Amino acid sequence: MYQGIRISGFGGQGIISSGILLAYAGMLDGKNVSFFPAYGAEMRGGTANCSVVVSSEEVTTPVVSQPDTVIIMNEPSLAKFEPLLKPGGLMIINSSLVNSRPKRSDIKVVLIPCNEVAAELKAPRIANMAALGCFCRHTGALSVEAVAKAMPKVFKRAKPEMLALNVAALRKGAEFN
Amino acid sequence: MGDKLLMKGNDALSEGAVRAGCRFFAGYPITPQNEVPEYMSWRMPQAGGAFIQAESEVAAINMLYGACATGKRTMTSSSSPGISLKQEGISYCAGADLPIFFANVARGGPGLGNIAGAQGDYFQSVRGGGHGDYRTFVMAPGSVQEMGNFPLHCYEVAEKYRVPAMVLADGVLGQMMEPLEFTFPEVDPQKLREPDWALGASTGRKKRAVRSYALAEGKLEIMTLDRAQRYKQIEEREVMFETRQCDDADLVLVAYGTSARACAAAQKLARAEGLKVGLFRPITLWPFPKKALLELAGRVDSFLVVEMSLGQMIDDVKLAVECSVPVHLHARCAGAIPTGEDIFQQLQAVLKAGKGECICCK
Amino acid sequence: MLQVNRRPESLCDVKMHYCPGCGHGIAHRLVAESMDELGVRERTIGVAPVGCAVFADDYFNCDMIQGPHGRGPAIATGLKRCKPDCIVFSYQGDGDLASIGMAETIHSAGRGENITVIFINNAIYGMTGGQMAPTTLVGQKATTCPQGRDPLVNGYPMRICELLSQLDGTRYLERVSIHSAAHVIKAKRAVKKAFRCQIEGRGFSLVEILSTCPTNMGISPLDAVKFVSDQMVPQYPLGVFKDFEGGKSDVSRD
Repeated sequence: MYQGIRISGFGGQGIISSGILLAYAGMLDGKNVSFFPAYGAEMRGGTANCSVVVSSEEVTTPVVSQPDTVIIMNEPSLAKFEPLLKPGGLMIINSSLVNSRPKRSDIKVVLIPCNEVAAELKAPRIANMAALGCFCRHTGALSVEAVAKAMPKVFKRAKPEMLALNVAALRKGAEFN
Repeated sequence: MGDKLLMKGNDALSEGAVRAGCRFFAGYPITPQNEVPEYMSWRMPQAGGAFIQAESEVAAINMLYGACATGKRTMTSSSSPGISLKQEGISYCAGADLPIFFANVARGGPGLGNIAGAQGDYFQSVRGGGHGDYRTFVMAPGSVQEMGNFPLHCYEVAEKYRVPAMVLADGVLGQMMEPLEFTFPEVDPQKLREPDWALGASTGRKKRAVRSYALAEGKLEIMTLDRAQRYKQIEEREVMFETRQCDDADLVLVAYGTSARACAAAQKLARAEGLKVGLFRPITLWPFPKKALLELAGRVDSFLVVEMSLGQMIDDVKLAVECSVPVHLHARCAGAIPTGEDIFQQLQAVLKAGKGECICCK
Repeated sequence: MLQVNRRPESLCDVKMHYCPGCGHGIAHRLVAESMDELGVRERTIGVAPVGCAVFADDYFNCDMIQGPHGRGPAIATGLKRCKPDCIVFSYQGDGDLASIGMAETIHSAGRGENITVIFINNAIYGMTGGQMAPTTLVGQKATTCPQGRDPLVNGYPMRICELLSQLDGTRYLERVSIHSAAHVIKAKRAVKKAFRCQIEGRGFSLVEILSTCPTNMGISPLDAVKFVSDQMVPQYPLGVFKDFEGGKSDVSRD
């Protein structure tokens, strides 16, 4: 099993914490993992993306150049990552914020309105969790439970009720086909 | 100890230094190494040591010069432009035989360049860097685990031979997160023997002086030749490298640090196609694993050196293999990171060309 | 036999290389006598500069370190933070302290490092051969301003004590001179007090000593002394600029 993932969106959408969460979940699950942020010079408002590898074998390069899965959280990310995705790869699109659709036909596309899912839970900042839940369902690389288990380790200062909301968003996200 | 942690490379480097007994850190902010001074700012006092955010890299390295002269394990870190600023001080430490430890989490250059990971500081690291005839013990980690482990090894070698030692990492290794375990016993600095050159209270002994100068005719040459003896010993005893599937290889990839990780990806692709590709990863860049490469050169058709620089380490590979086989180059630079796919493509072409003449002798 | 004077224990029994009429010998002695009298020789670490006093690491009979040009206060910072029980002093000339090392000077003072800086201001570069210093007077000739220092080209001489007195981290700042026996005695009091400031853990102390360099001024030792009293003192008024004991902080002109 090898999953190379790119997650991309605006700074503030929880792109980096999503990546760390996946890596941590993979580690707790006994997998080999790596996380690498594409870091920019700006502190706020720029685009953010990161590479995550979850693998049963040793992780070679932490920079995922041909991802198995891309999670597209905002409009500009689609154009950037559509060409990189492996043939047959999975593209998860946050349809709340992304209006365009990929042109490629050799990839699998799942649309999920992440922001709406989060809004329903009255926690607008956890749209990223819905995307991760969707990732769990469609790749099988990690279970929703594994990701939920890693949460208190990564979000050390989060209150229990916030963690519960995160898990709820994960589960909601896992319902999307 | 023994817990698996998911750590950033820069944090691992810092924690590794503290566990190796470092009790003095001075540094200055520069991306992509900022996590190191940030980590040390709380960790150093917690461990009973001192942390100073210096007014400049120049000041930081000179604070180290003073701190290290007291016999303490010390550290500074920076990224490429800041390391350039530190070179004068590093040269003084080399000249005064002070075993300082520093890390370069290198970025794209020259000049202000960018803040991505790069390997353009190879020459600066292995050829001296500052002024004068000296060497620095240079370790190139290839994982977060090695970022955490190498400070201890650097201290041990630096103190044994009284030379500066450095970790040459890059922005990728500094910023990435991977699981690691600290398995070495934590060093208690109180239990380290105080060196016989350390400055401090001189009660009951003669005064000591730490200096890098010798103006009397011939004296500096004697001092330098004495140091050269130690350099020779380091070259004989302290070489480290890693080989993967080199035994049956027709082509061997040579790369360090982040580049070596990309090579591992390319090697996987190649082996899946039945291509006999090995990977040779220098871990010490100085001393460079010359002997091992020369031996390997007798068994393989060619080498492909992969660097995140225009072709710096390739010079050392060529010197090592003495023009016995062709040495090819795959170079990305200025913060670009080689991909396994690109390397795989080039190695197929090199394999096709087979064992030809040495490229530089042609 | 009555011995009226002898070499301080804090000075090594070696021949110094300083030129006739040079002020370094006197300044060294004042530092050494202070160390003796305060009983701190065996726990003192000195930092020798780049410049004429580079060999101070051979002259002072305590642990010594010689480092890069201008970096004395940074080196002293590293020493002091690792050996807080030791007394650490940095001995520096005007090019070292006020030109190439200005950042280290100001920031160690700003941090309030508990170190002592002995600053020798003789208004000229010594070892390199009489070039213009940051403290060279307007109109004063140097090998890099042969027509005399022209403010339009070379700017103005810098007053270090005044500059540092603006920093909250400084605890004791005094400018003294060695152009007469009386002034040497005053200078001694200042040096000793600066060390005491550190011993008592009060923070950054600096004594600026106006000094002579007849060789590079191209004048006789006597004329050099006169130059200090007649030309340097008006530009660099003597006095206490900061006093941890709340002593007179106004500048006394004598």
